[in-house]
Amino acid sequence: MDTGDTAWILTSASFVLLMTPGLALFYGGMVRAKSVLNMMMMSFGALGLIGVLWVLYGYSMAFGNDVGGGLLGDPFEYLGLSGLLGEDNLSGTLPGMAFVGFQAAFAILAVALISGAIADRAKFGAWMVFAGVWATIVYFPVAHWVFAFDNDDAGVVGGWIANGIEAIDFAGGTAIHINAGAAALALVLVLGNRKGFGREPMRPHNLPLVMLGAGLLWFGWFGFNAGSAVASGNTAAVAWVNTLVATSAAILGWLLTERFRDGHATSLGAASGAVAGLVAITPACAAVSPVGAIVIGVLAGVLCALAVGLKYKLGYDDSLDVVGVHLVGGLWGTIAVGFLATADAPNGVDGLLYGGGVDQLWRQVVGAVAVLVFSFVVTWVIGLVIQKTMGFRLDEEDEAAGIDQVEHAESGYDWGTLGGGHLGGGTRPAPRHTTATPGATSEVSA
Amino acid sequence: MKLLTAIIKPHKLDDVKSALESYGVQGLTISEASGYGRQRGHTEVYRGAEYTVDMVPKVRVEVLVDDVDIHDVVEVVVKSAQTGRIGDGKVWTQSVEDVVRVRTGEHGPDAL
Repeated sequence: MDTGDTAWILTSASFVLLMTPGLALFYGGMVRAKSVLNMMMMSFGALGLIGVLWVLYGYSMAFGNDVGGGLLGDPFEYLGLSGLLGEDNLSGTLPGMAFVGFQAAFAILAVALISGAIADRAKFGAWMVFAGVWATIVYFPVAHWVFAFDNDDAGVVGGWIANGIEAIDFAGGTAIHINAGAAALALVLVLGNRKGFGREPMRPHNLPLVMLGAGLLWFGWFGFNAGSAVASGNTAAVAWVNTLVATSAAILGWLLTERFRDGHATSLGAASGAVAGLVAITPACAAVSPVGAIVIGVLAGVLCALAVGLKYKLGYDDSLDVVGVHLVGGLWGTIAVGFLATADAPNGVDGLLYGGGVDQLWRQVVGAVAVLVFSFVVTWVIGLVIQKTMGFRLDEEDEAAGIDQVEHAESGYDWGTLGGGHLGGGTRPAPRHTTATPGATSEVSA
Repeated sequence: MKLLTAIIKPHKLDDVKSALESYGVQGLTISEASGYGRQRGHTEVYRGAEYTVDMVPKVRVEVLVDDVDIHDVVEVVVKSAQTGRIGDGKVWTQSVEDVVRVRTGEHGPDAL
């Protein structure tokens, strides 16, 4: 066991966990004031449920020994993390538990990412059921495909994309972002558009929250990417620098696109550009040079800025642009590895532009398409079953009133003192004296 | 007695208030308001989607004035609220039947 590696991974795991509350702020600021709490609760619901599922069987499904074809880990091998408590359970140079914790934060984030596509209109209970089912039959298997590497010495067999296709996905461009982005698209199709989409203004109600959330996401992403080295050393450092510079470049790419198209560089554009760059560099952060990272970042900013406008043309209410940012950014980053990878970087592979031919490029495309198709189809079925059985979509009237009041019995903000409220449930309490008749006063005052 | 109502640009409130004070007006009431006139609203862009915001934030100032002062007070408000650019607002007056000071019960001009 290496104490330096362990310290870095436990630190990274904590960084990555902070990304989900950061995402809650990022998404929460973008919706209207009447649905800010529900938006944030979808992330906090995932923090609750997926954390528990991961420990119970999720880790085992993702990182247990393969049950066949590289499709799924053995759910029973580490059921309840059994057998991982002792000193001798190492995952590389780490205690097994450090790796369990690090990957738990990824699973939570992947689920939470989807929520932005269905803002303002999903029943909270249905979302929670969806979150559990989606994690179980989509995320845990896909994490196995992409993140579980063979270990011949230990006789452990991993996932088919990591070991068969050998696509490079350093920190989750396919497993997290393409996966969540494709799922988001499927859910938009199942739930339909918000009432008034494309007609009523649905402006972000609090852009400072969005900026704060983007900042926390960037901070956490250093754990996401540099932590995915699963060691404290050169690979982590390269990933860190690439994560910095691609994100910086993506902010510029998005803002320039806006400046030329709309006339203004916006704060929402800066925050969105940062996230687009982070998404795109995720699969590539240990495969490219810092200059390659700048290219990936700038183009991620431009591509995603252009992509988010498509929903109005196509008429799909992907409310917070999960498809336009995570699916598009994830696809671009994953495929960019095939062009821009350099053997000088820790992954040690040359892409098309570095004389490596198309060998890595096709591997990247197959990995990306496989995850996209699987996630889209299975998510669509899950969504449809939930919609037909318990109902996924909020009633029209409740949606108009605001999901925070209907689903959570709370308001995000106190708008002033003229609401005329009183403590306690039910209707207004009876006046103390006017209704009191002689002889009944003692009951009233009691 | 007259009630003067002025819709002005929020950043002119201090000028209007001090001009009224130097004229000798004893009190006023303000409220936040929004609306539009010939100025119309403005356009905002979020992730490339344009939104037209019709209503512009304004401040509504209300002052109760004795009949003999009303023309001067209107002048004072208009002068102090003016920037000369579009969106400066409106001032109007109307007659008030009675005014009562709640603390003392005084009626009419004595209550101003």
